[in-house]
Amino acid sequence: MPAKGATKTRIEAPAEEPLAFSGVAVEAVSRAYGRTQALERMSLHVAEHEVVAVVGPSGCGKSTLLELICGLQQPDRGTITTGPAVLMPQRDLLLPWYSAIDNASLALLARRVPREQARAQAAPWLQRFGLGGFEGSRPAALSGGMRQRVAFLRTLLAGKPVLALDEPFASLDAITRAEMQGWLTHVLASEPRTVVLVTHDVEEAVVLADRVAVMSSRPGRNIADIDVPLPRPRRRTDPDVVALRERALEVLGVPG
Amino acid sequence: MKRIVLPVLLLLVLVGAWELYVDLGGVDSLVWPSPHQVAKSLWVDRGLLWHSFLITSREVVLGILAAALAGFALAVAIHLSQTTRRAVYPLVIASQAVPVPIMAPLLVFWLGFGILPKLVVVAIVSFFAIVVGTLDGLATVDPQLLKLMRTLDATRLRTFRHVELPAALPGVFTGAKIAVAVSVIGAVLAEQAPGSSGGLGFQIELSQNQLLPARGVAIVVILSVAAVALFGLLSLAERFFAPWAYQVKGERSR
Repeated sequence: MPAKGATKTRIEAPAEEPLAFSGVAVEAVSRAYGRTQALERMSLHVAEHEVVAVVGPSGCGKSTLLELICGLQQPDRGTITTGPAVLMPQRDLLLPWYSAIDNASLALLARRVPREQARAQAAPWLQRFGLGGFEGSRPAALSGGMRQRVAFLRTLLAGKPVLALDEPFASLDAITRAEMQGWLTHVLASEPRTVVLVTHDVEEAVVLADRVAVMSSRPGRNIADIDVPLPRPRRRTDPDVVALRERALEVLGVPG
Repeated sequence: MKRIVLPVLLLLVLVGAWELYVDLGGVDSLVWPSPHQVAKSLWVDRGLLWHSFLITSREVVLGILAAALAGFALAVAIHLSQTTRRAVYPLVIASQAVPVPIMAPLLVFWLGFGILPKLVVVAIVSFFAIVVGTLDGLATVDPQLLKLMRTLDATRLRTFRHVELPAALPGVFTGAKIAVAVSVIGAVLAEQAPGSSGGLGFQIELSQNQLLPARGVAIVVILSVAAVALFGLLSLAERFFAPWAYQVKGERSR
């Protein structure tokens, strides 16, 4: 239940109106859980097809922000305007009883598309994502990177303009994570989406995003916006990347 | 190999000790028959025992099946609705405290002398474990997964079909496996109710009245082996219907 006097706006882009807003506008949003203030007058604007990374200390309300954007929670105060958004949770959460292709097409199954049709639709995507030959494999038989690719494909096939990614690579080892970051850059170049990427990894933020939004510790609010006007693909050792990373860490109050 | 040799070895030692104890006059064989008398009864009475076994095993298997269906349906209802949980769950737990020897004669009066009252007894004693197992399986679903399904625009029914139902399936089997032992006891007690005229439980009572203790123990041996076999069958069925759960469990126990 939203608090008294709460204003909430939610615009779900109707299908027949292709010019509907497909960015994200979070305006002075506050959200509390009991006596814990998770977000306090948090604002965030993401233009269509822009990739914005949200970094901040743990417990600063990053996941709450994503759930608000996805409409899974309502703000106590403030407004959120966004195109339809889909969540990619921290862990891949693939269904162990479904094969890779059925997991990838879960959004279609959820919409009552017949299974064969859903598979036919998903199959070329698995090929494109380097998962060809693994369509019938159960998640347990896939490597961490492959599972993450299936999970991302599941997100993409939901067909929504806004992707809310919650630390998608946090559970991967360093080498796989670097690979997956390169891969995501590549995918978003050909399949542009509005992306809100929550991460605690400042380097990942600078490598992937057009802009890095830095949040304060709880109650979370936006304390800095750092533009990343660098060409892609980016190397983490690039002096410009390193410099921006240092700046973000400085804002976060972490000594370099 | 050790997995088979060790329990067999232990069993041989125990049976040997039992045989020696009875043969050396530790206890009257009318009170506590020796293993070789039991083995003899198993062979001599095989026709009678096999016939009774078929009756009892039919009651147990059908009873557990009925319990699985009813228990699963009730668990789903409890899971989906707080109101049902509050209204029904305490009654389900309370129903478990009703002793079978009291319940069985009443069911016979009510449902007649056929298989039905025995089935109902088996189902009643089994179904609690299946309800709890199923609820447990339903509760293992990650809340994040439910949120994900909501952002995929899945309806409650679709989420149930693709996420919660498969997650609950291993719990149904776990419940059924736990229920195997009590279901056998339930069937035996139901067969000892007045008006009953067949099955291993009825034969146990008869052997006691006819001072044939070896046959009574032989029946207990059959019941034990049947319980182990049924447990094994359920494990196989679980591997077939929920292979993913079997893999996870297998990895953990290694």
